[in-house]
Amino acid sequence: MLGEDFGVKKVQTINRRMFIIGAAKFVVFTGIIARLFSLQITENKKYLTLSDKNRLREWRLPPIRGEFLDYFGNIIAGNLKVYQLHVIPEEVEDFKYLMVRLKNILSISNNDFKKIIKQKNSQKPWENIIISKNLTWEQFTKVNYFLHDLAGAKPVLSVSRNYPFNENYTHVLGYVSEASEKDILNNKTIKDTHVPGLKVGKTGLEKTFENELIGTNGIQRYEVNAYGKRIRQVDHTDGLNGKSIQLTIDTEIQKLCSELLKDVAGSISVMDIYTGEIVAMQSSPSFDANLFLFGINQDDWQLIRNNPLKPLVNKTLSGLYSPGSTFKPIVALSALENKIIDENFKVNCKGKIEMYGQTYHCWKKKGHGIVDLKSAMKQSCDTYFYEIARKLGVDRLKETSIKFGLGEKVLNETFSIEKKGLIPDTKWKKNNLGKGWVIGETLITGIGQGYTQTTPLQLCLMTAQLANGGFKIYPKIIAEDDSKTAEEIKFIMNENRKKLNKKDRRLKDAKSPLDLLNKEKHETLFKSSKNINLVRDAMFASTNEIRGTSYKSRIDNPKYQFAGKTGTSQVRRITKLDRELDLKTFEIPYNERDHALYIAFGPYKNPRYALSIVIEHGGSGSSTAAPIAKKLFKLIIDRHELRETRSKQNDLEI
Amino acid sequence: MQYNSFNTQPTFFQKLKNFDYVLLICILLLGLISVLSMYSTDGGEILFHSKSHISKFLIFFTVMIFMSFLNIKFWHYFAYLFYVVILFLLIWASLYGIKASGSQRWINLYFINLQPSELMKIAIIACLAKYYHRIQLNKVNSFQVMFVALVILILPIMLVITQPDLGTSILIALSGLVVIWLAGINIKYFVYSFVALLISMPFAIAFLQPYQKLRILTFLNPDRDPLGAGYQIIQSKIAVGSGGLSGKGFLKGTQSYLEFLPEKHTDFIFTLFAEEHGFLGSLVLLLIYIIIIYRVLRIGAISRSYFAKLFCYGYGSAIFFYVTVNMSMVLGLLPIVGSPLPIMSYGGSSMLATMIGFAIVMSAKINHKQLIA
Repeated sequence: MLGEDFGVKKVQTINRRMFIIGAAKFVVFTGIIARLFSLQITENKKYLTLSDKNRLREWRLPPIRGEFLDYFGNIIAGNLKVYQLHVIPEEVEDFKYLMVRLKNILSISNNDFKKIIKQKNSQKPWENIIISKNLTWEQFTKVNYFLHDLAGAKPVLSVSRNYPFNENYTHVLGYVSEASEKDILNNKTIKDTHVPGLKVGKTGLEKTFENELIGTNGIQRYEVNAYGKRIRQVDHTDGLNGKSIQLTIDTEIQKLCSELLKDVAGSISVMDIYTGEIVAMQSSPSFDANLFLFGINQDDWQLIRNNPLKPLVNKTLSGLYSPGSTFKPIVALSALENKIIDENFKVNCKGKIEMYGQTYHCWKKKGHGIVDLKSAMKQSCDTYFYEIARKLGVDRLKETSIKFGLGEKVLNETFSIEKKGLIPDTKWKKNNLGKGWVIGETLITGIGQGYTQTTPLQLCLMTAQLANGGFKIYPKIIAEDDSKTAEEIKFIMNENRKKLNKKDRRLKDAKSPLDLLNKEKHETLFKSSKNINLVRDAMFASTNEIRGTSYKSRIDNPKYQFAGKTGTSQVRRITKLDRELDLKTFEIPYNERDHALYIAFGPYKNPRYALSIVIEHGGSGSSTAAPIAKKLFKLIIDRHELRETRSKQNDLEI
Repeated sequence: MQYNSFNTQPTFFQKLKNFDYVLLICILLLGLISVLSMYSTDGGEILFHSKSHISKFLIFFTVMIFMSFLNIKFWHYFAYLFYVVILFLLIWASLYGIKASGSQRWINLYFINLQPSELMKIAIIACLAKYYHRIQLNKVNSFQVMFVALVILILPIMLVITQPDLGTSILIALSGLVVIWLAGINIKYFVYSFVALLISMPFAIAFLQPYQKLRILTFLNPDRDPLGAGYQIIQSKIAVGSGGLSGKGFLKGTQSYLEFLPEKHTDFIFTLFAEEHGFLGSLVLLLIYIIIIYRVLRIGAISRSYFAKLFCYGYGSAIFFYVTVNMSMVLGLLPIVGSPLPIMSYGGSSMLATMIGFAIVMSAKINHKQLIA
């Protein structure tokens, strides 16, 4: 034993010091408890939120796109349920085996097979692979039959765009396809709504109204782990469907237009002359928009792209044509309005005129003899219009043309592809070609050739504004609920009809509904309505009187009777040789044949619709374009009653 | 060795009777809690970690019971040897050890990968306790005595810090220092060395490994790099904080279940526990630790031999350090350094070391009347 004293002191020291440490421990433990209290009790809410933020992740579901309806509420671009086949690699025991089995069952091409394998290797194992975007019913049943052997493969019901009228509406609606990087960058709505595989409008109204159509995402909330793997679904909210858009187009008429344009390149537009509603608008050839939904295959694409008739071009809106003789009503009206001529002004047509050392030919070699306004319009005498154009001058002609809707976009920004066309004047030539205007150019402008370029829809609008008595209308393709105006128009039309039944014949006395309607909304485009009526009478004569250029295509029944003007637009200068040969249309190479045009409105006594028809390289307007109008007008007029009752139906629904 | 007249060898049954049962029950309770927590880290299944942890706990607990029957004199007798052997193993580890996650701290013993630094946490206390056992109080502050004590302390610290393993070396240092302090060293030396430490801090930081500097920076501002260095501490705080008063429920800790918690088996086991059992659960766990520490200190208080007293005081304080350093770390009060929570954390060496510590304490209890010459 060592000395007790030292021992006792040593023990006292150690005990005292232990007591100090014990006290320190007490303090430290209190500190830790305080920290626990502050984290778990005081700041519990904050950390609970953070924890939820950690563990819950939202998945956006593809939105359901709004539908397009025609004027009668038929779906023209809808959503179809499609069956897809999804595979989640993580849930597959033997991915290779499964893929080989699926390859055989669905007969997947080697190319697609490689793509799928590539996709699998580039993404996380719990992420979906879409093996097939659109299973046929046959494939679907086959997959279901073998499903027990295909662990990890899931047939999934999905929604896809569908165009039930195939090629009939492609040029109006455009089509949707998978959003490209550019689509996402250029449109914030697409960016905000984007999910893999989202389809967005690529052309046409599908593109224009993308933001209205797209809808909002449904949201699925999942609990996920730290690596982002979904563990279980927590909740689910449905998205809102995109807005449905109703067009002014009547599918029946649209379908007939497609039929009438079968196998030719061309365009038909039909417009309500009072409301500006576009009743039909078809460009031919068209193509089936459904082909683009799941990515068009190379063969189909080449077929469309290489078609010499250019199906990808919307001829109604962006096809530019010299209006030819369909321009003559505007020339005549301009001359009348500027008091250059009156209805009795006469010209002696000898088949050609010599002017400033140049010879200007009338289409009729022998000449028309002495013609006044009406007979000149009726027979489309070029000499007469050379003469009045010369007197009128191109600048005054332009003024009238612009007023009636030429040289400007008809539907403003609705279609990005729509073209303005060109109505030349002296200033334009100086600015753009750097040369002075030549009087000879005025002459050929007077028969709608030369620099003048118009779209078929512009010609339709021009005709409509002549037909409605010379009032400005605002063409539209989206149906608006303006039932009051519609009712008023209907009432006035009926009043007119009663008067007409008593007095028969011409509509000189009948007032245009637009004359009686809100004047501010429909400004007048004329100085004297008499002039408009003169032009309309001349157009009537052109169709319904003997020797009229479209006399053969007339309908005698006053219910369907229409007035029109043919046009033949040269695609190249007619040479001396051509005149001597005087070849028939079919003897000329396709690309050198004239475009055939026709504009018309009807029914003549109480007009309601205007149309324009352009057949590319169709020969002459009277032989090719006018007969189409005859076939079309009957249906347009027959459908009119339905069209009128629709607005009533809509009222009832509200 | 000579025996005092009071020192009659107790019989087996007397020994059994002299066990500290409160301490034993608390250790068992802690073992049960740790097994349940491990079961939860395995996602509610008995997988590798829970199986391994159960077997380690049971084996080492049994070893502890058996070792408790050894006389305290045995521990006193072999304390230096124990220290030297562990020191040798540390050198061995630094030469031939297994490298894992950037540090070389394990020795492959075929049935177990031993981490000698964990055992050193006990060995240092035992060694210093023996060293001071014979030294008279008035000599404690002599240069020679202090020098030897410092060598005993600094050798293992240097070896562990170069592994590198900052956490364990800090715990070894704390354990050693507390023993030296208890032995009666003048407080002024602590003040001097504390001042010296502060002065040398900038130089020390220059010698720190880049990842260690990062940890300190991260501790100071965890949001500096929330997905990188700060991830652990942020996620740990979220887990603890979201536990609330009574926790998310057993097996319902989303932070751990969804794998947001790193190292949830080992250093961050308390995070998981606090998330699932909340403030109340954490208090219970803390209370168990406090009781254990209290019992260990109490055994020290009743021990008649200086060695036993110093060891128990030292070990009781060491447990306190393990617990507080670990908890402060996961609660964001200290930088992240590797330090397991005794018995709760997964890891054989830590469990073995803890159990050896308890065995010595238990032996001290059984032989508390024993004097050592």
